[in-house]
Amino acid sequence: MQIHISPNDGVPIYLQIVNQVKYLVGSGRLAAGEEIPPIRVLAQQLLVNPNTVARAYLELERAGVVAKRHGSGTYISEAGSPLARRERLKILTQRADALLAEARHLDVDVDEVIKLLRERHEILTRSQK
Amino acid sequence: MKTDSLRPTNAVIEIQSLSRRFGSRLALDNVSLGVPRGVVFGLVGENGAGKTTLIKHILGLLKAQSGLLRVFGLDPVADPVGVLGRVGYLSEQRDLPLWMRVDELLRYTQVFYPKWDAAYAEQLRRQFGLDPASKIKSLSRGECAKAGLLLALAHRPELLLLDEPSSGLDPVVRRDILEAIIRTVADEGRTVFFSSHLLDEIERVSDHMAMLIDGKVVLSGPLDAIKESHHRLTLRFGVAPARPPALAGALSVKGGGQEWTVICNGALDELTAAAADVGARVVEQGVPSLEEIFVARVGAKSAQPSSGHF
Repeated sequence: MQIHISPNDGVPIYLQIVNQVKYLVGSGRLAAGEEIPPIRVLAQQLLVNPNTVARAYLELERAGVVAKRHGSGTYISEAGSPLARRERLKILTQRADALLAEARHLDVDVDEVIKLLRERHEILTRSQK
Repeated sequence: MKTDSLRPTNAVIEIQSLSRRFGSRLALDNVSLGVPRGVVFGLVGENGAGKTTLIKHILGLLKAQSGLLRVFGLDPVADPVGVLGRVGYLSEQRDLPLWMRVDELLRYTQVFYPKWDAAYAEQLRRQFGLDPASKIKSLSRGECAKAGLLLALAHRPELLLLDEPSSGLDPVVRRDILEAIIRTVADEGRTVFFSSHLLDEIERVSDHMAMLIDGKVVLSGPLDAIKESHHRLTLRFGVAPARPPALAGALSVKGGGQEWTVICNGALDELTAAAADVGARVVEQGVPSLEEIFVARVGAKSAQPSSGHF
């Protein structure tokens, strides 16, 4: 599990960990059932306070992204849950916002962007076959 | 004068209304703070703000002129053995005996600490890559810091006290020091108190902090609470102001043209109203970094007496 912390980012460090774990799960780089490092191991690896990592794990547990197994460790929850889908959509939302902002600068309207997405989708699915 | 000892708390360090004067200069001005057990406590301040003076009081090297200070519930001046035996200390000067060899230094220091863990000391020595036959005199700056850190850690102190631990060191040695801090608190019940002017370091490893400006504690508490109480607002003005706009509740105002960024503490409603009064609206709101908060606080102090330099 690769996480990168920028202390000066304004985003609290525990939230950076939460967001990045969610991203790794949403993008499939962390699979359901996979174990994530114990709190003190991740704290030493990232050089952040163990309490910060503990807070991030608690938050992830509350959100149903990870689950503790009694005494053995913390694991990524089963995928396919409605939440995993919501997280995936959240990641896409940021990309969509960036795309729409760029389109506005280039004076391309929404209908054209949607049309372009469909075209690209067809080209991509065709090339995969 | 208060003669009663401090009420029993879970605090490892408890300071109440501590003041210290050097000649006419007030180095510590009515400082009060508590360091709970098991936290990493970061002390932030400019050079000369009083950080080292405060640490010397905690070690009992300086006696409180007024106010009270307790470490593990003890007075470090009256009971130096009871306090120092449980403290690991790395000074900024790393005053090590230059004529000794590394192995001699370890044997020499061991004598002072009944709880010295020789196996752990050896493990740290290997990890830090220190040659036992090297003369202290011949060590690089980074190696000196590592040797000092080893001495501070090897008796597994309840309180690790570090004065500017990474000042003037390369990133690799800084990493060793931050790792030692994390490892110390990850061990149940141990506490770290360290001073630094590197705010990203404090932000990374501390969960509690205090900010010292001109000998006064201007902020103190859990880092998250401090960060959540401060806001960074970007204001957009209909007409570009000619000079930084004066806004009630603002700690600092920076920018130019139509957009200005304001750092404030709490006071969000007050500031939004003040902005509306001068024809500006809030276009962005975020959480400032510790560095932004610090710079705003230091700036707020120095900006007060200035007048008409534009």
